[in-house]
Amino acid sequence: MKQTLLKTLLIIASLWLVYLVNSTMDSYTLSIFNNIGIFAILALSYNLINGVTGQFSLEPNGFVAIGAYVTALFLIPAETKVDMFALVDPAPSVLAMSAGFLPALLIAGIVSASLAFILSVPVFRVRGDYLAIVTLGFGFIIRIFAMNSPAYTNGAMGLNDIPEYANFLWIGTIGVITFVVMIHIINSKFGRAMKAVRDDEDAAIAMGINTYKIKTISFMTSAFFEGIGGGLLASFLSTIAPDQFTFLLTFQLLIIIVLGGLGSMSGTLLATILVMGGMEWLRFLDDDMSIFGYHTGAHPGMRMVIFAVLLIILMLFARKGLFGDRELSEIIKSKFKRRDA
Amino acid sequence: MSSTALTIQNITMQFGGVTAIDNLSFEVKEGEIYGLIGPNGAGKTTIFNIITGNYQPTKGDILFHNETITGTKPNLVVQKGIARTFQNIRLFKTMSVMDNILIGFHNRSRYSYAEAILRLPRYFGQERKIRAEAMAILNEFDLTSFAEHRATDLSYGNQRKVEIARAVATDPSLLLLDEPAAGMNPSETEDLSTIIHKIKKDFNLTILLIEHDMKFVNNMCDLVTVLDYGEKIFDGKPADAIVNEKVITAYLGDFTHA
Repeated sequence: MKQTLLKTLLIIASLWLVYLVNSTMDSYTLSIFNNIGIFAILALSYNLINGVTGQFSLEPNGFVAIGAYVTALFLIPAETKVDMFALVDPAPSVLAMSAGFLPALLIAGIVSASLAFILSVPVFRVRGDYLAIVTLGFGFIIRIFAMNSPAYTNGAMGLNDIPEYANFLWIGTIGVITFVVMIHIINSKFGRAMKAVRDDEDAAIAMGINTYKIKTISFMTSAFFEGIGGGLLASFLSTIAPDQFTFLLTFQLLIIIVLGGLGSMSGTLLATILVMGGMEWLRFLDDDMSIFGYHTGAHPGMRMVIFAVLLIILMLFARKGLFGDRELSEIIKSKFKRRDA
Repeated sequence: MSSTALTIQNITMQFGGVTAIDNLSFEVKEGEIYGLIGPNGAGKTTIFNIITGNYQPTKGDILFHNETITGTKPNLVVQKGIARTFQNIRLFKTMSVMDNILIGFHNRSRYSYAEAILRLPRYFGQERKIRAEAMAILNEFDLTSFAEHRATDLSYGNQRKVEIARAVATDPSLLLLDEPAAGMNPSETEDLSTIIHKIKKDFNLTILLIEHDMKFVNNMCDLVTVLDYGEKIFDGKPADAIVNEKVITAYLGDFTHA
């Protein structure tokens, strides 16, 4: 009872914080917050299949692309589409697509989740690293499809003039929802079963768990939120092109979840802030600096070098990520226990 | 006369050209503690894997309460009421003892994915119920004080107990124990046999166990089957097994030609 009350208060507090940030920050700071928010949604959902369920998957870029394109096509008005599609006329089905922002996001999530289901039918029947290979290939296929079907995606030119509905109120609120949903999943019989699959799949089967079903549920949930995250990204950037959804996007998310700790949602949240905020904060390294009167000159890309070094140092000291596989609340609890003893 | 819990009917298992089990039959009656013994490589664990559905036998049938279960998927075999432990302890390493036990309740906690995400009343009701039941099982094994510890932080003997407790949590009527006393010291072994007798009574179990420790088998089992190279060489009371010439030959070798 006490826990439920505390949790409700925390949710209300974080929603209020979202509102506060949205109404007080300038547009540059807000864009950083928006970036962090979207990446948090993506990383949290990626952590469910990769960290909690322990199935090494490289899917995010594919599902983010699907979510982004689906949302964009639903949001852009028909007459804008006609003007925008330069190579060939848009397909009639593309012209017919139209929906409000929230329905468009939900459809994006559902389309992603459905594709995840189709992928999981063959992949989860076998064990091993097949999922990584299949999802890697899936990302490539989606990008190549986006490049080569101009009637649906406007090819390499991508889509622009996507209505910018996604402000921090949307992104922050959906971020909070994602976090709460993930925590609720983890602290239920489904989350326990996912962890059991990660720790020892044979033993999980010997406990009567249908591991195929559990892996599919986890994968579909990840895909659902990645689709929504993609939709938010499209609306936030207002322009998307196939080249945004390369493997590098997945790689960035992989860095975040490994840094935060595989299986730890609060760790992922902190890592998103550190990585996305850090890359922004280290921007000064690219400029000309004066160290004790010595001018270094401008070195574009210097921040990435420093950033990589910082990441290596962090991983040396926290080999299992910042929080390991525990949540912040568990760490606080165990610290208090030690003090009592 | 009690009814038959498990029937092994003419089971033959071949891996390529190797015959691991050759036309084996035996019956386990309800409420018995039945021992399966034999030297290394005799095919004991293979029998377990066939019963639990991990292997499909080349020939023969497995009957559970007179119903054929040959070829049933492992996770469905558990739901029918057959639970097992492993020869080398296989706990869920990153999870607490409590969560390990709760995994056993997976199929008995009835709430949907949506109910878990939205935290509907049924989630709370079911979770409260299974947590109370899990605590009762831990109590049975004297493990309540370890509930929130990581499973792998426990001593070897206690990890064994957690593994058995986890199997009991799936609500089985037949429990398969693969070398439960392996690697335990004499006092731990004694402690374990007390607990096995206790849970057999409290949870109304039939137990089939594999073991090397003959003293343990002698104390525990009502009947034993001795295997050697996949063949049954003895069937009967454990006390008779130790003095049986074939059994001694299987374990120690044949001295008549030496």
